Parts: sequence; structure tokens; C-alpha cells
Amino acid sequence: MIKQKAILFDATLCAGCGECYNACKEANHLPETSDDFLKDHLSANTYTVLEEYVDVYTRKLCMHCVDPTCVSVCPVGAMEKTELGPVIYDGDKCLGCRYCMQACPHHIPRYEWSKVNPKVKKCIMCYDRVKNGEQTACAEACPTGATIFGDRDELIKIAKERLASDPETYYQHIYGLEEAGGTNVLIISPVPFDQLGFAVNLPKEALPTYTAKALEKIPGVVAGGGVFLAAMYWLTKRKNQIAAEEKQNKIKSFSGEEK
Amino acid sequence: MKHIIPKITFWRVVAVIIIVAGLYSTYLRFTGGLGASTNLSDEFPWGLWIGFDILVGVGLAAGGFTICAITHIFNIEKYKSLARPAILTAFLGYLLVIFGLMYDLGKPYNIWHAIIYWNPRSVMFEVAWCVMLYTTVLFLEFLPIPLEKFGMKKLLSFMKKIGIPIMITGVILSTLHQSSLGSLFLIVPQKMYPLWYSSLLPVYFFISAVGAGLTMVIFEAYLSARAFNKGIEADLLSRIGLYSVIVLMLGLVIKLIDFALTDKIHLLFTINNYTLLFYLEILVGTFVPFGLLIQKRIRENRRWLYASAIMVISGFLLNRLNVSITSITPGAGIKYFPSIYEISVTLMLVTLGMWAFKIIAKNFPVFSTEMHYENRDYELEQKVSESKV
Ligand code: SF4
Ligand code: SF4
Ligand code: SF4
Repeated sequence: MIKQKAILFDATLCAGCGECYNACKEANHLPETSDDFLKDHLSANTYTVLEEYVDVYTRKLCMHCVDPTCVSVCPVGAMEKTELGPVIYDGDKCLGCRYCMQACPHHIPRYEWSKVNPKVKKCIMCYDRVKNGEQTACAEACPTGATIFGDRDELIKIAKERLASDPETYYQHIYGLEEAGGTNVLIISPVPFDQLGFAVNLPKEALPTYTAKALEKIPGVVAGGGVFLAAMYWLTKRKNQIAAEEKQNKIKSFSGEEK
Repeated sequence: MKHIIPKITFWRVVAVIIIVAGLYSTYLRFTGGLGASTNLSDEFPWGLWIGFDILVGVGLAAGGFTICAITHIFNIEKYKSLARPAILTAFLGYLLVIFGLMYDLGKPYNIWHAIIYWNPRSVMFEVAWCVMLYTTVLFLEFLPIPLEKFGMKKLLSFMKKIGIPIMITGVILSTLHQSSLGSLFLIVPQKMYPLWYSSLLPVYFFISAVGAGLTMVIFEAYLSARAFNKGIEADLLSRIGLYSVIVLMLGLVIKLIDFALTDKIHLLFTINNYTLLFYLEILVGTFVPFGLLIQKRIRENRRWLYASAIMVISGFLLNRLNVSITSITPGAGIKYFPSIYEISVTLMLVTLGMWAFKIIAKNFPVFSTEMHYENRDYELEQKVSESKV
């Protein structure tokens, strides 16, 4: 089996230089959106941002979920989880229903609201580069090793080692190991993750399992409903017929008596 | 004397203003995109057009399949006179939903992609298919009305043969997608205010659609009786009203049991805007109409019956907007209120729907039962007319 690729971001190492931000813009041919990258936010033209919290910098980007909600909800399969790990998007299939945006637990996909032919935009984990065996542009650009790219299991191992070797520095949690079924972007940090604006109320189960439970019932409803309704039709029809016949008979016997 | 220029009445003026405003918003929507015409944003990607045009539109059209099931599958004959108006409402309702989707979808010209690109894991995919198929079913159920008008007996006798399987298919499709509209929200547990999130959302959506869909029949009958003086027996309508509030009450009881089982009762005593809206929804939509229509004297009074129907419909509307808009809390301080353009498009759709209903009901045999094709034997008639020659 192909090993899934992933990104590990270590907030304790991030210097806040913004090289990832710049590299992403360049690699994806995105126009400039702000003079100050620390004030920018995710948008149709910005796939990753650097955010400054008290003494800590963190990145925000698509988490490339292991069982992505956006992929499961898309009616036409415009979102796709590739074998290598990146979650990519096909604008030619997309209807623009924006269910992916509504459903993403990390609140990532952005829309080209002002366009007449709009697309959903988000980080695609530099799929073209990753496919060719290269690393992502942001990992390559990072001067401190805060963003690194590799196999998901490798990176989990590295993250665990760092947490264990320096419990003073690290908050003891790997964000993305289990959140909503896990993600292919892993984050470790010196502070709890809600302090960095990450969703911490997510269940461990992947969210698509919630709708799967409802969708599973469909065949039952179709088969059971079909049989039930057909039976009801037949029964009630029969009942009405019998009632009508009885009425007829009564009238007949009544008129018979008359004679 | 024929009126070539329609009489100017208050409602006609209002309708014209709404349509003109709606057309302007349409122009904005298709030249400037969703950004220019709506208050939607990356934080709030679904708004009024999903909450009202789709959720309320489909829900209120549920009278179609409910009445069909009662009359044609459970063979309770006396409600037959309600079947046609209900089918017509449903058919127009679904056409408007599809029309409304054209505004809401970012790429409406790709709507047909749902036919060729499949993702059976998606609730939206299932809804799309059900709506497509059910609209076709509704068209077939509606077809006898124009066929009768133009006296096409051969086709009618064919329709009569395939009628029951079509009706059964329609009931199943409706059950599926009415509930699936609720399932759409199952996937955002972390985003929704817990008063509205529940794993039973599909069940609630189904029950409330059946209840509110039934009252739509009362609403229309009243409107059209005023418009055409072709009233339907008041007795039938008041019974429908009673059944509707019983169904809705049942839904509410299930909801309260669910609250108790999932430890949510305390939310009912937390005073905030959510709680207030929730109370408003169940008071207007269920409690008050239930309290009224349970009394024989009140439900046999036309005006009270009509008023209760309007209450149920308003409560239903509020519920769908609460689920799809109010309850969604993507982050602190993020609010959404529809833009004037979104509102005007929605109003235009409602106006077009009422107008189409009126025209069809006026010109086609919708409110008369005697000549319904179900009750006639066309083969026999054919023979009789042949033997005469
Ligand atoms: S973070 Fe959101 S957009 Fe990214 S893969 Fe997960 S669900 Fe999809
Ligand atoms: S907006 Fe496009 S990509 Fe997103 S769920 Fe809808 S069709 Fe799929
Ligand atoms: S992986 Fe690529 S697309 Fe994603 S943030 Fe990094 S550079 Fe941008």
C-alpha cells in the first residue's frame, strides 16, 4: 500500500517569518492579498496563513482529513481524497452547492464569491509536487523546520518523540492524530489548541459516519415501504370491495323480501 | 364584457412590485455572482435560499404525497377531492425548488452533473436524485388534469393503469428525501446549537413536513374557495386540520423525550435568544394550533381553521430557518441576515407559485371530482360510443 503523506507543524519551532505563506502564494499562483501576512486570513486567494497568539505562531491550512467530511458530502465527487493523502478539488465537476464549506469541521474551504463562475479554493497539499515525489512548497521554504513533510506514520513517530523528550515545552497532545477521524496535517504546540483557534470540540469518529448511519437506512425504507404500501393498497381496496358487495347484497335481499 | 387590461387591485400592485424587484435581484445574481447579491460568506455559506426556498419549499409540498397515500393507497375515498389540489401544489412547489436552486448553486449550469458523477455517500446526492425522480412522479400524477381537460382518453386509461405503482414510488421517494433534508445537518454536530441538533433530525423533518404539508391543503382550499367559489367540504378540511396537529404533537413529544434522554432539558430553562426562538417555534407551530383544533367547535369554524393552518405553516417556516440559519454558530460574532436581494428573490418565487396555482386551478379541472379519470371506465365509454355508431 502507498504510504500516506503528511505535514507536521511544530509551533515551538516557528519563527513567524512567513516563508510558508509566501511560498504557497508563489507555488499556487495566488495574487497578493495583504501587506502584512500576519493580518491576512484564509480566502479564495490565500490557502495558508500564519497567526500570532501570545508568544506563539501557528499555521492554518486544510487539514487533509483521513476520512474528509468535504469529500463525503460532495454530491458530485468534486472533492477527492487521493491515495497519497492530499484532498484535491475538481472545479469542472463542482455544482457550487457549498456543502463542503458548510460541513468542514476545520472551517477551511473558501469560495470565489464575486465570480460568476466560482470555484471552491483551499490548500491542496501541493498535489502536483507530491505526486512527483517532491515535498510541499511550504515545507520546502520553512527555514527552521517548523513545517516538515513526510510519511504520516513517520511524522506521528517524530511528534511523539518530541512530546516525550520535552514535556516541559510541549502541551501533551498531537492535534490531528484523532480529531474527527484524524488528519494528514499534524500540529504540536506549547499551549492547548483552543488557545490557537483550533476546533477542540470535535468527536473522535470521522464525521461522515454520522450521515452514514442515516444513509444506511435507505434500502430498508425502500424495500419495507414498498411492501407495506402495496399491501395496504391491496387490503384497503379489498375491504372497500367487500363493504360494497355487502351493501349490494343487503339491497338485493331487502328488495327480495319486498317481493 | 372581457377585461383586456386586468383590474388594478392592491394585491396585483404588490405582486408586480415583488416581481420587478425579484427580476432586478436576478440580474444582480447572474451578473455579479453570489457575492453581489447575497450576504453569504465563507463563514456562512448557506442562507435564506437554502433555508426557505429549498427546505421550506420541499417541506410544504409534502401535502402531495400525504394526501396521495391517504386516498389512493389507503383507499380512504372521501378525501379524494383534496388529492388534486395537493398534487398541484406539490408539483408547482418542486418546480419552484428547482428554480430556486438555480439561484443558490454557484454553478447552476452544472446541476445535471448529479446525474453523471455519483457520490452515494453524500446526503445531498440522495436528495438530488429523489427530487429529480419525485418531480417526474409529480408530473405524471399531475398529467391527468390537462389530459382530462383536452379529453385524451387513450392516454388517460393508460395513466389509470400505472397510477398505483407511481403513487407508491412517490410516497417512498418523499419519505426518503423529506427526512434526508434533515440528515443534511447530521454532519455538523459541532456547529449547531444543541436545541436543534439531534440524531433524530431526519425523523423530525419527516414528521413536521407531513403535519405542515397537510395544513397547506387547508390554506389553499381557503384561498381558492375565495378566488373561485369552489369550496371543498368544510368537514374534510377540519378533519385534516385535526390530523395535522396530532401528527405535529407526536413529533414534539418525541423531541421532548429525546431532550430528556440526551440531557438537554436544562437548555429549555436557559434564557437566551435561541431558547426564545425555539419556544416561538413550538408555540406557534404546534402548541397553540393543537390547543385550538383539538376542540370540535373551533376546528369547524372556517376562520379559526384557516388561522390555525397559517400558524402551523409559520411555525414550520421558523423551524426550518432555525435549523438552517439560527442554530448554525460557526464562530463568535458571526451573524447572517439575508440581503434585500435574497429576500426579494424568495418573495418572487412565492408570488410566482401562487399565481401559477391560481391560473391552473381556474382553467383546469382541479377542484371538481365528478369527472376524475380514476372514477371513469374509458374502455367502456369507448365501446359505448362505438356501438352507437
Ligand atoms: S480540513 Fe476540511 S477541507 Fe480539509 S480535508 Fe478536512 S474536511 Fe476537507
Ligand atoms: S461546492 Fe462543489 S466541491 Fe463543494 S460540495 Fe458542492 S459540488 Fe462539491
Ligand atoms: S501544502 Fe502547498 S497548497 Fe498547502 S499550504 Fe503548503 S504550499 Fe500551500
